[in-house]
Amino acid sequence: MAEIRSLEKKSCLSGSGLTKVFGFGNQKTVAVDHVDFNFYEGEVVSIVGESGSGKTTLAKMLLGLISSTEGEIYFQGKKLDIRTQRKKREYWKNIQAIFQDPFSSYNIFNKIDSVLLDCIHMRGGRKFSHAKKVELMIEACSFVNLKFEELTNKYPFELSGGQMQRLMIARIFLLKPQVLLADEPTSMIDASSRATILDYLTKLSKETGMTTIFITHDIGLAYYVSDTVYIMERGKFVESGSADAVILTPKEPYTQRLINDVPKIYEAWDLSTV
Amino acid sequence: MKNMLQQIFRSSKFLIGFTIFMTMLLTVIIYPLIVKDEPLAIIGQGTFFEPGIYVNVFDSINSTHYTLSLNDAAARRIASKLGDQERLDMKDWLLAFGIPENEIDIHDNTKLMELWVNNYDSKLALGMTSAKRNYYARLDKSLKGILGTEGVIIAIKNTETGLLEETNSIVQTDYVNIGQVSSIRILPLGTDNFGRDILTELVSATRTSLQIGFVAGIIATLIGLTLGLFAGYIGGLVDDVIMFITNLFTVIPGFVLLILISFSIGQEQRGAITVAVVIGFTSWVWTARAVRSQVVSLRNRDHVNLSKLSGHSIVHIILADILPYIASYVIMALILQISSGILAEAGLSILGLGPKTTEVPTLGLMMNWAMIYSAHVTGKWWAYIPVLVTIAMVSFSMNLMNTGLDQVFNPALRD
Repeated sequence: MAEIRSLEKKSCLSGSGLTKVFGFGNQKTVAVDHVDFNFYEGEVVSIVGESGSGKTTLAKMLLGLISSTEGEIYFQGKKLDIRTQRKKREYWKNIQAIFQDPFSSYNIFNKIDSVLLDCIHMRGGRKFSHAKKVELMIEACSFVNLKFEELTNKYPFELSGGQMQRLMIARIFLLKPQVLLADEPTSMIDASSRATILDYLTKLSKETGMTTIFITHDIGLAYYVSDTVYIMERGKFVESGSADAVILTPKEPYTQRLINDVPKIYEAWDLSTV
Repeated sequence: MKNMLQQIFRSSKFLIGFTIFMTMLLTVIIYPLIVKDEPLAIIGQGTFFEPGIYVNVFDSINSTHYTLSLNDAAARRIASKLGDQERLDMKDWLLAFGIPENEIDIHDNTKLMELWVNNYDSKLALGMTSAKRNYYARLDKSLKGILGTEGVIIAIKNTETGLLEETNSIVQTDYVNIGQVSSIRILPLGTDNFGRDILTELVSATRTSLQIGFVAGIIATLIGLTLGLFAGYIGGLVDDVIMFITNLFTVIPGFVLLILISFSIGQEQRGAITVAVVIGFTSWVWTARAVRSQVVSLRNRDHVNLSKLSGHSIVHIILADILPYIASYVIMALILQISSGILAEAGLSILGLGPKTTEVPTLGLMMNWAMIYSAHVTGKWWAYIPVLVTIAMVSFSMNLMNTGLDQVFNPALRD
């Protein structure tokens, strides 16, 4: 897979010297420290690192939710300009996200229908007939094995965590963005739902050909879903390359440690490396 | 939503506060429908009539008289006529006359009267000044009037001859049925310094004060909410500018500002609503600060980010994703603003800077009048205690509702 993709080599999202500093003086924290990266179109990229390594900050910068202190982001080869509200909204038609905690991702005052309708409207479907809108919503729900008839007129908090995260994927299905940023989408979900969510995500990215940036602390998960892996430590990318190369033959001690931390069912957990 | 309402009405604090407040509100609405008097009509020729039932004397004379022979009637009559001072004065005279002190019991009406009637002689000087002697003569005369059995004669002057013609006579055993007297006025709280019925005035004043409170509270909350939302959500320069203005208002004491504005508007222009608007425009500061800090904690939540990613405008995000989350807080702030608006009006009026005095009474104005006419010095409690109780009850009920709501919205505060 990785070889075929690398032949196309069309850059989707890249960055050079991207930096985010919080606070100043003694309180200064460098969350993301001069990172360079190049995500190609249609590939699944994983960014792996411990808590506090700057993954989420990087994701928020890529999404345009916070501004960078230094450095540039390039989207489809062009320098990203999201200084005005209008340009931001234009950019957000191309990039979408799934957040870590499904319980806080939804506005508790909005019904599920309105979450999905927003997506249809954003894709220019504001003037569609009601029947057409319902048809689209049913299609999106059935993609993630949810029944729209059971969800309509319900509030998101009436669903389970797994169902909420599947609804998030249904949302992405409707929006069909070019880039999807999934920020630890399974860390709040129980293990049995985790595989289902990941399967829907990979299925969706394959079907639509969108670039998926998968942020996780679990290198095992990263290996399971991704083509390319970036390892992040204290705001810097310490190692990157194809999933096979990075995970099967890790060079950096940090990567080796992350790999050793993955619990294995068939052998006793070696606590000395933790 | 329904569930939340159920919870709110299950909170005992909210329920007590709500009951008190609704009782006052209903009284304010229903009372004017029953008693149609002008709240500021002057009915009493004189100041500070005591609370009580006022029976028209002329009407009672013309009503049917019934004769009741009651043994204790005379004693009651004497008791009501003889104050503590009169009893002491009588004792002084009797001592000067030469009655031994142990024989005089000033608390026994019958014995005291007996001693007095048997011994008093207006011709005896007993070394007293003539003023003192005249005083005792008058006292004796009024006591004899009570003790007499002849009653009084009602006479009308004949316009032609100029002679008095007897039409009726009233004796001590005559009674009228109060139901048959055509004109009775109950003044449960008496009258004020201008002779106005305090109850009617108080109901009208409560109504005006509640209006002032609501208008001031809503204005203050709207300004505070709008500024807080924009400062908190947009941040950056907008936040700096808004917070700079807010901090300016925080540093200048609100009440001083209120006094200055009220004074510069002038007495003639100060209607109740003008005062309410002025109060509203000077008391939004802490609502703005509180709302801003709530919004700052909300603006980076995932659901707000998701709403941004869904392409919603800033106004939509503020109204749909931020406002509902702080709505409970804003309602509580509104309740407190209303209650402090009422207190602010009372504070302004007592300084004489309240609404102009000729149109409507307010709670503050009633306090002001009571203070100017020294009701508190002369012990006319009915002129200010009911007003104080009303102000206290309004604040109390609103704060209670606020605490009740707080417990429902913040489960950590439930007891």
